[in-house]
Amino acid sequence: MVFIEESYTMTNVIPQPMIPEPFRIRRMLKETHDTYTIELESTNGADGFPFSAGQFNMLYVFGVGEVPISISGNPEKPQSLFHTARFVGNVTKAMFKLRRGDVLGIRGPFGSHWPVDEAVGNDVVIVAGGIGLAPLRPALYNFISHREKYGKIILLYGARTPEDLLYKRELEQWRGRFDLEVNVIVDSTTGIWRGNVGVVTTLIPEIQFDPLHTTAMICGPEVMMRYTVKELQNCGVKNENIYVSMERNMKCGICLCGHCQLGSKFVCKDGPVFCYDHIKELFGKREI
Amino acid sequence: MQTLKQYLEEHPFFKGIKPHHLENILGCATSVQFDAGQYILREGEEANNFYIIILGKVTLEIFTPDRGPINIQTIGEGEVLGWSWLIPPYHWHYDARAIELTRAIALDGKCLRNKCEEDHDLGYELLKRFTHIITSRLEATRLQLLDVYGVH
Repeated sequence: MVFIEESYTMTNVIPQPMIPEPFRIRRMLKETHDTYTIELESTNGADGFPFSAGQFNMLYVFGVGEVPISISGNPEKPQSLFHTARFVGNVTKAMFKLRRGDVLGIRGPFGSHWPVDEAVGNDVVIVAGGIGLAPLRPALYNFISHREKYGKIILLYGARTPEDLLYKRELEQWRGRFDLEVNVIVDSTTGIWRGNVGVVTTLIPEIQFDPLHTTAMICGPEVMMRYTVKELQNCGVKNENIYVSMERNMKCGICLCGHCQLGSKFVCKDGPVFCYDHIKELFGKREI
Repeated sequence: MQTLKQYLEEHPFFKGIKPHHLENILGCATSVQFDAGQYILREGEEANNFYIIILGKVTLEIFTPDRGPINIQTIGEGEVLGWSWLIPPYHWHYDARAIELTRAIALDGKCLRNKCEEDHDLGYELLKRFTHIITSRLEATRLQLLDVYGVH
């Protein structure tokens, strides 16, 4: 028997979680040289696809295979389903060849979500690295749409180069808002780039927030999250207020197959969003 | 408007430093300003200052013959620029260029080195603080080298 600490999953409301629902591609948007966003719509006339920020779906390219991809759209606008993916394997490469009108299979939404309700009244520090901005974008939409409920909202976003930045137009819009602080940094640059250069963790000591009343949400490569947690701890943020989104090889999505096991946890159901305090012993452990 | 003394007293870099040490440091401090595009220091030149950035942004660059100047790091408000003044042979390892109008407090490294020789407690206090900066930058450089966002 698996003990589930977090109870904020939505898998229990999916009637047949192993059967993919057909969704039609409405739009393919190229974000960078290797990353794209797919906009999908239901083929069965359903009103929308309710989900919570941070959850993921299993995307099935018929005849090729299935991959877990975070939902990157707005939870309050479920009429369109957005996924941002990087083509790194057979399935994502095949997915990128699909065109408007083609059909994908969707199973989900699976997993836990970002603690947007628990963060009410707090400052929110969002730290994203690379494609890690995709699962955080729904949370950011939520904070923007309920801006009055939160203290400071700070987004720190690190990418490899300026060309690798996701959602460039939205980033510009967010940077233009007076009620959001958006700091972008790239690891390296050779072109005309007037922004920050360095690693995303170096931005943390520079920002002003109330560490005792801050909820931090982090998504990116695990090593980047490890150092980000360390910096946040140095600033005084408590472990129980730090949330991370973990990535493992999710297959079934409903805690049966064990592919995504992380110690005693299953990333597909207990995660992908974990409170750092619940997994601190597993974080950075070499054997798992 | 803050005086130099007030700014240094409140700056995290000097947090916890004894008042008479701060007075010594203050004696080596001046306000400086750099226009956008102006070089603050050049690789190979004698390193006789360090800077606390009050306003603006500075890039650290390495010049390569085939690719020109490569921006390896940016340093912004509140951060400290330059530690080569502390370590022999006191030469800069990179170029530093203001990419926007930049105001800073310049601290005369030669003057401070002499004071540190006379007062080893002051030297130790400064060394502790610069060691922290150097290790933080080393850690950041290692993370950059990992290329964590690349496809592996």
